[in-house]
Amino acid sequence: MKLSELKKFFVSASSAFVVPVLAVLLGMIVGAVVMIASGYNPLAGYSSLLYGAFGDPYYIGETIRQTTPYILAGLAVAFAFRTGLFNIGVEGQLIVGWLAAVWVGVSFELPKAIHLPLAILAAALAGALWAFIPGILKAYLRVHEVIITIMMNYIALHMTNAIIRSVLSEEGFKSKQVHESASLRSEFLESITYHSSVHYGIIIAIIGAVIMWFLLEKTTKGFELRAVGFNQHASQYAGMNVKANIILSMAISGAFAGIAGAMEGLGTFGNISVKAGFTGVGFDGIAVALIGGNNAFGILLSALLFGALKVGALEMPSSAGVPTELVDIIIALIIFFVASSYVIRLLLSRLKKGAE
Amino acid sequence: MKKRFGFALSLMLATGMLLSACGGQGGDNAGGKDTFSVAMVTDVGGIDDKSFNQSAWEGLQKFGKDNGMKKGRGGYDYLQSSSDADYATNLNKLVRSDFDVIYGIGYLMGDAVKEVAEQNPKKHFAIVDTVVDEPNVASITFKEHEGSFLVGVVAGLTTKTNKIGFIGGMEIPLIEKFESGFRAGVKAVNPNAKVEVQYAGAFDQADKGKAIASSMYASGIDVIYHAAGGTGNGVFSEAKDLKKKDPNREIWVIGVDKDQAPEGVVKVDGKTYNVTLTSMVKRVDVAVYDVAKRSKEGDFPGGKTLEYGLPENGVGIAPTQDNIKPEVLKAVDEWKQKIIKGEVKVPMTRKEYKQFEASLK
Repeated sequence: MKLSELKKFFVSASSAFVVPVLAVLLGMIVGAVVMIASGYNPLAGYSSLLYGAFGDPYYIGETIRQTTPYILAGLAVAFAFRTGLFNIGVEGQLIVGWLAAVWVGVSFELPKAIHLPLAILAAALAGALWAFIPGILKAYLRVHEVIITIMMNYIALHMTNAIIRSVLSEEGFKSKQVHESASLRSEFLESITYHSSVHYGIIIAIIGAVIMWFLLEKTTKGFELRAVGFNQHASQYAGMNVKANIILSMAISGAFAGIAGAMEGLGTFGNISVKAGFTGVGFDGIAVALIGGNNAFGILLSALLFGALKVGALEMPSSAGVPTELVDIIIALIIFFVASSYVIRLLLSRLKKGAE
Repeated sequence: MKKRFGFALSLMLATGMLLSACGGQGGDNAGGKDTFSVAMVTDVGGIDDKSFNQSAWEGLQKFGKDNGMKKGRGGYDYLQSSSDADYATNLNKLVRSDFDVIYGIGYLMGDAVKEVAEQNPKKHFAIVDTVVDEPNVASITFKEHEGSFLVGVVAGLTTKTNKIGFIGGMEIPLIEKFESGFRAGVKAVNPNAKVEVQYAGAFDQADKGKAIASSMYASGIDVIYHAAGGTGNGVFSEAKDLKKKDPNREIWVIGVDKDQAPEGVVKVDGKTYNVTLTSMVKRVDVAVYDVAKRSKEGDFPGGKTLEYGLPENGVGIAPTQDNIKPEVLKAVDEWKQKIIKGEVKVPMTRKEYKQFEASLK
C-alpha cells in the first residue's frame, strides 16, 4: 500500500514536470521553424531570450519583478476556479488594488511596520470588494460572474483614471510617488541586481501561494469552498451555506488580485498613472493559473515561465535582430503549446479513467 | 518511474546549460566600444505609429546614415516597449549595451528616464516631450500650442458650418497644449466658430477615433483636428468613408506630428481626393538628430531643456498645403510672424485659454 502510494506520487510528479517541459520544448521547436522561415537564426534568438531572462543579476531581478504580479494574479484566478467560479475580473480587481495601495501610500506618513502592511491590506480589501459585488450577484440573483466581472473591469479602469486625475493629482496623469515607508523597493535588492526594479513583493507573492495552499487543502473552510465548487447541490444537502461560500470565494480571489496590484503600485512603479488600457497582467493570470494546474506551487512555476518569457523577449530584437512582432508570435506559440499540454493531459487522464 | 523523472530533470538541466552557454556568448558582443552610437526606446506605439515614435526613428536613421553607422549595437538602434513596465527595462538594456546617447520617446517615459539616469550618472540620456531635471538628461520639448494655433487659424477660416472638432488622445497636460493652442487659433480668426473637444482615452485605438469622428461629422462638424497618435487613424478612415459616400461633401481632417497628407488620400469613381486639410508637424526627427549631432561633437546639452518652437521650425504647418486657400495661407503667415515677434502669446493650458478668450473681447 505504502509502496504503491509512493510510486503514484512519483508518477504524478514526473508527469507534472515532464509534460510542461516537453510542451515548452515543442513550442520552441515550432517557434524555431517560424524564425527559420522568416530568415532569422533560432539559436541566436533563443539564447538571447534566455540571456534576457536569466543572463545576469540584472535580468534575473527583472524576471523576478515581472513574475511577482503574475503569481498573485494566477492565484486569484486559480482560487476562484477551484471553487467552481470563473473570475475574469482579476484585471479590474488588480487595478483597484493598485489604486488603493498607492492612495494609502501617498496620503499617510506612518512607520514602515504599519504603513506598508496597511497599504497592502487596503489593496486586498479593494480587490475583495470589487469581486464581492459579482459574488453577491452570482449567489443571490444567479447572474453569471463572467459577464459581471468583465464589465467590472471597465468600471475599474475608467473609475481609477478619473480618481487619478481629480483626486490623486491636479488634472495630471499620475499620482505622486508613495512614501518611502510604504514602498516595497529595496536598495539592497537593487544593488545586488545592478539597479533592476526587483522588490520585496516576491516574498509576499510566495507567502500568498502558501496561504492559498493551506486555506484550500488544510482547513475545513477550504474543503467547504472546494465542495461547493464540485457540486453545489450536494454541498447544500450536506448543510453548507452555498451562497456565503460563493461570495467568500470571490472575495478571497479578489483580495489576491488586489495584492497583485499593490505589487505594481508599491514596488515596480511606486505610483499609479492614467491607463489607456488594461495592464494585461490579470488576463495573463488566467493562463498562469491554467498552466500551473490551478495548484499553488504549479502557479509559482508557471508565473516564472511567463515572467521569464516576457522579460527575456525584450532582448530578442536587440541582440538577435528578431523583430518585435515575430517575438510576440514565438512567445504565443510557446504558451499555446504549454496550455494545450494541459488539455492533452486532461484527455489522457480521462482516457485512463475510461479504461479502468 | 524514478529513473524517468531523473532523466527528465537532467535533460532539463542540460538544455538549460547549453542555452545559457550560448546566451553568454550573445552577451559578450556588447563590448568593443570605439564608435559613437545612439538608440531610443519607443513607448507602446512602436516605430510605425505614423506619429512621433516614427518621426523620432526617422531622425535617428537619418543621423545613422549621414554618419555611416550601422543598425544595431555600436550604431543606431531602437527598442519597442509593449507595456509601461518595459520602459525602465528597455532603457537599462540600452545602457548595458553601451550606447552613447539613449532617448526615451514620449511623455509617459519621464519617470523611467529619471530613474535610470540617476542610476547611471555617467551615461547620456534624452527625453522627448517632457522635462527630466537631471544633469545627464537633455529634455526635448516642443511648443505644440504654437503650431496648433496655426492649424486653428486654418480650421477657423476654412469651416463652413462654424463647427469644429478636436479629438485628443489621453487627457494629459501635453495634449492640453494642443487643445488650448488650437482653440485659441480658431477663436482668434473666427469668434463665431465652436470647437467641440473630445478625448478618446488612448493613443492606440483607431476604432474609438473613428466612432468619435463619426458622431462629430454627423453633428455638422466639418473640420476635425486630432492629437491622438494611432487613435487619429480612425478619424482619417471615417472621413474617407464619408467622402466615398458623398464626394461633394466638404469634410476635413487636420493631421498631427507628421505630414499626414498620405493618410487622407481617397479615390472615388476614378477621381482622387484628399481629406487632409493640413497637418501640425512636430519635428521630433529634427530634434532627435540635433541632440545626436551635438553629443557626437562633444556638446551634449545635459541638464538643459531644448524648446523647439516656430522660429526653430520645430513645429509648424505641414509642407503639403494643396487644400488650403491662398488667403488662408496668408493669414497663417501673418499670425506666425506675430507669434514669433511675441505680439501674441499662445495659451498652453485651459486656464490660459480662458484668459486669452477674455482678452479678445
